[in-house]
Amino acid sequence: MSKMHVKLTVNGKEVEGLAEPRTLLIHFLREDLKITGPHIGCETSHCGACTVDIDGKSVKSCTTFVAQVNGADITTVEGLTNDDGSLGVLQEMFREHHGLQCGFCTPGMITRAHRLLQENPNPTEEEIRFGMAGNLCRCTGYQNIVKAISASADMLNAQKEAAE
Amino acid sequence: MIPAGFEYHRPGDIASAIGILEEHGDEARVIAGGHSLIPMMKLRMAEMGHLVDLQAIEELKGIEVGSDTVTLGAMVTQHELITHDGLAAAIPLIREAALQIADPQVRYVGTVGGNVANGDPGNDMPGLMQCLNATFDLSGPDGNRSVAAREFYEAAYFTAREDEEILTRISIPVPGAGVGQAYEKQKRKIGDYATAAAAVMVGNGTASVAMTNLADTPVWSESASAALADGDVNGCVAAMLDAIEPVADNRGPVEFKKHVAGVMLRRAIDRAQNRAG
Amino acid sequence: MNDQTLTPEERAANLKGMGSSRKRVEDVRFTQGKGNYVDDIKLDGMLFGDFVRSPYAHARVVSVNKEAALALPGVIAVLTAEDLSPLGLHWMPTLAGDKQMVLADGKVLFQGQEVAFVVAEDRYIAADAAELVEVEYEELPVLTDPFEALKSDVVLREDLEGQTEGAHGPRKHHNHIFTWEQGDKDATEAILAEADVVAEEMVYYHRTHPCPLETCGSVASMDKVTGKLTLYGTFQAPHAIRTVVSLISGIAEHNIRVISPDIGGGFGNKVGAYAGYVCSVVASIVTGKPVKWVEDRMENLMSTAFARDYWMQGKIAATKDGKITGLWCHTTADHGGFDACADPTKFPAGFMNICTGSYDIPTAYLAVDGVYTNKAPGGVAYRCSFRVTEAAYFIERMIEVLAIKLNMDAAELRRINFIKADQFPYQSALGWEYDSGDYHTAWDKALKAVDYEGLRAEQAQRVEEFKAGKTRKLLGIGLTHFTEIVGAGPVKNCDILGLGMFDSCEIRIHPTGSAIARLGTISQGQGHATTFAQIIASEIGLPADDITLEEGDTDTAPYGLGTYGSRSTPVAGAATAMAARKIRAKAQMIAAYLLEVHDDDVEWDVDRFAVKGAPERFKTMKEIAFAAYNQAIPGLEPGLEAVSYYDPPNMTYPFGAYICVMEIDVDTGEWDVRKFYALDDCGTRINPMIIDGQVHGGVTEALAIAMGQEIAYDEMGNVKTGTLMDFFLPTAWETPNYITDYTVTPSPHHPIGAKGVGESPNVGGVPCFSNAVHDAFRPFGLVQSHMPHDHWRIWKIANGLGMHG
Repeated sequence: MSKMHVKLTVNGKEVEGLAEPRTLLIHFLREDLKITGPHIGCETSHCGACTVDIDGKSVKSCTTFVAQVNGADITTVEGLTNDDGSLGVLQEMFREHHGLQCGFCTPGMITRAHRLLQENPNPTEEEIRFGMAGNLCRCTGYQNIVKAISASADMLNAQKEAAE
Repeated sequence: MIPAGFEYHRPGDIASAIGILEEHGDEARVIAGGHSLIPMMKLRMAEMGHLVDLQAIEELKGIEVGSDTVTLGAMVTQHELITHDGLAAAIPLIREAALQIADPQVRYVGTVGGNVANGDPGNDMPGLMQCLNATFDLSGPDGNRSVAAREFYEAAYFTAREDEEILTRISIPVPGAGVGQAYEKQKRKIGDYATAAAAVMVGNGTASVAMTNLADTPVWSESASAALADGDVNGCVAAMLDAIEPVADNRGPVEFKKHVAGVMLRRAIDRAQNRAG
Repeated sequence: MNDQTLTPEERAANLKGMGSSRKRVEDVRFTQGKGNYVDDIKLDGMLFGDFVRSPYAHARVVSVNKEAALALPGVIAVLTAEDLSPLGLHWMPTLAGDKQMVLADGKVLFQGQEVAFVVAEDRYIAADAAELVEVEYEELPVLTDPFEALKSDVVLREDLEGQTEGAHGPRKHHNHIFTWEQGDKDATEAILAEADVVAEEMVYYHRTHPCPLETCGSVASMDKVTGKLTLYGTFQAPHAIRTVVSLISGIAEHNIRVISPDIGGGFGNKVGAYAGYVCSVVASIVTGKPVKWVEDRMENLMSTAFARDYWMQGKIAATKDGKITGLWCHTTADHGGFDACADPTKFPAGFMNICTGSYDIPTAYLAVDGVYTNKAPGGVAYRCSFRVTEAAYFIERMIEVLAIKLNMDAAELRRINFIKADQFPYQSALGWEYDSGDYHTAWDKALKAVDYEGLRAEQAQRVEEFKAGKTRKLLGIGLTHFTEIVGAGPVKNCDILGLGMFDSCEIRIHPTGSAIARLGTISQGQGHATTFAQIIASEIGLPADDITLEEGDTDTAPYGLGTYGSRSTPVAGAATAMAARKIRAKAQMIAAYLLEVHDDDVEWDVDRFAVKGAPERFKTMKEIAFAAYNQAIPGLEPGLEAVSYYDPPNMTYPFGAYICVMEIDVDTGEWDVRKFYALDDCGTRINPMIIDGQVHGGVTEALAIAMGQEIAYDEMGNVKTGTLMDFFLPTAWETPNYITDYTVTPSPHHPIGAKGVGESPNVGGVPCFSNAVHDAFRPFGLVQSHMPHDHWRIWKIANGLGMHG
């Protein structure tokens, strides 16, 4: 199959490459762009380890052809680190509240949680659990993930208030 | 899990999309959100030479809420259905059901058109659209036509849509004031297809009842609906249980599914009646 | 910070040693997507391997035609058993003393079995080529039921035909693997014959799978110039893998470097040796290029490492007052097509003989028959120590069944049968020496914490309401008191492929007072880099933050048997403490020299040695470290390093009391966990935050197993639960919040008294959830039903009890 020209903005940088249309976005990110934060877990859109943010939506990149998102603006977990290299709020709160163990689901969790908090800055525990239902974790039992997201919401709101 | 290769097309209007389908015949398939199709392609249970991506076609987008009719572009996502307040006010049943489909990530890209058009008996929207008495607009080489949702489904993955046609819009009559609605779904876990699901509208002497994943098509039952319109809940449930034909799978054996179908239906009726006031 | 002004408590707190909920050092990388898992590894010129797998559960492989695949541009090689056989690699030894096909040698024995290995330039071409390999099969009769297999004329393992002696004694039938017996059969049967009360039940623990979020994979790189093989992989036991690879490939062990990078969860799935590992090595040797193999989720669920599948027939005898007098168990163990169970060599049914549980049962007998069927091999310890989960489930169900028979409260029945605190060390009827425990204290604390009496009153009221037609929901109270056996194990009786199950730690103190430690274990999310540094910090008084921890590289780490069976803390944790103590012993001599006193005249004080009676005269560990490198000290070698290989004198026996409150809808079979209380006693607690995290995760895995997760086959041997659509992994939505609690009963033989905790919550959780389901229906006559308790099976219970009108 002939390859197509792919142009994306990933974590604020413009990138280009050639890819077969059947190339899955997760493989383009991981193999071509060496962005290995998003992981491959289930391959059938059930686990969310491959979650990235595309044009303001949480998307499972293992069930997306790179051809479908040509031209899109993509954020991965790597893009959620602060500009000075320190951990972003969600990253810090996941660490603070022991919201991860093996770390394999974590990039997808954090990327999804980022969008959840953009849409709902004050989620209840139930809203967090419902909003994270597309991400599986085999290690933590979710309790500390929920705690970490809730704490992130508080911290982000406090930061916003301080800035105003 | 790696899909087989294909040529990718992203037409900008319906006519171009139909042109590509005409040119390649069986070899071409349209893709909307792709979260049903792509896993099948990765499992190599679906292979095609040409994939026609509908995302750039503006005519397939948008939600219009009129006083009598709601129209949904085929490419409207589940997420858009959920977040549209006007739609929720006009037909609350749609948000209630859409929230029970898959998970947030899938709902951002999964479309109402894809959900109703691919003919998967597990999908929630077909039964819902039958309950709401929606009409599907199809465009093809021979022009446009409309098919009632209640006439659309023939068998699992077989619908009234021809290979070279595209489902473009869905028109739904707005239920009158005083009509209560409810969607009740039992699933093994959040995001799963239904073990059994029921969509119910009732009020003002009318009723409509449809169920999901209990046959190889959604099941809308005229006699069940008529019984409920008459206030005969037991008659409604009996008629519906007569109409469904569940098969055993990992969700359970037939007798279990039939039992749960009755439970879901009764619960949906109960809630819809309460909402009818 | 001025050392002079800080109290000892403040100095201890600054170390972030044992007992501190220290934040994990691993997380800085993981939260930024900077983990380094196997599939993240990219080497120059790397090729990709993919399997052609059998669609049939039992078939002859008549022919394999590679031509079309080889003709595809980008395809480098297609390997079959024929290609591996000159190297003697078409079969490999299993951990259980059996052997297993690497690639189908004439026939296949389970659906998904590896038939050919395609090597191509990338994974897309490899997948295309795998589709092009033409395999002709001749279907054979399929055996999926172990009881039927033992009666059938169909011979599954033709390679073993005529062999009446297996790795673990006589084989009674061509599909029989072994019989393993423990305890006193005659005495137990005599007690059963004379007992006031005998309860008998079949307890089935269904087949499931560890399913870590990261599947298995490897990258093999054979450097033809140096003759050195580097093998990266998802290995829970990298050193053992190195030895096995050397033994089966003939490559000298010093020319093999095995690296376990970050591992995305293991739970037992990554203990075994898989065909993919072998094929990636062979393909790298054949092609001269690095070769990566990573299985997809379906391959993972179908072919690597199932768990459980034990049919446990039980009889329990008691006096009419409820004192248990004997326990009898016969287990039929379905091992699939090859016996690849990951157990210590002398334990073909693992530690199933811990099945007397927390109870003082004077007489017991256990027999286990292993059976071949047309299912995947494996039999791994899925978040448990070798078959301990099966044992705990068995005894905790038998206790409930006995309570029903006696018409007794199950909490009280447990209490009157617990081993008493003063009976430890306790010799069990099936051969173990329990190191320590205080079950009554834990049990009473748990019952009080949940207001057990109140719950029973509520349940009784609910039953009345149900009978009166006021509700369709039942309330179940699930109880479990489990005792684990972990920390394998003493070399005298525990080995894997002849390798004693010790473990190791090497510590090097740097001149400036920081350190690096390396261990023979490998973390898969347990946070070793955090917790083992805490042990060292407490032992030698250097801050945990100044201690780097490394695992997983066999070129640098000392030999160890790896991480599974909750053995890291009991064995490697002990090695860590012992290595640290060697360092402290040398440091004492250095300090005495520097302080110009006799060795015996200094004493340890948190982070320093001080002169006895003159605490203002001291040398901190940091000062001592520097002195070790810059001073010539008479009679002492320079430097400050130590290594310890720790052979544990006994296993450790963590225990716990779990209580679950569950609501059950009898009409739909839906359930909701209203409360889950978990009290764990894992001895000395190293990092409470991590312990809680382990308990949350382990109980959630137990929830999955008890309430829906299974590897199910149809009668043709097709896997029915091959994707995460059907293989149940709960989301945040189904998972409840857990209340954690603890008591501390240190292990008397472990240097720091720690027992291990990672697997306790799965061992205790499964019976607790299952007992909650059973308990809800007990007032209506249910005695026993099988897991998993998914909606339709719960519905079936209700239906069978006539609850649907």
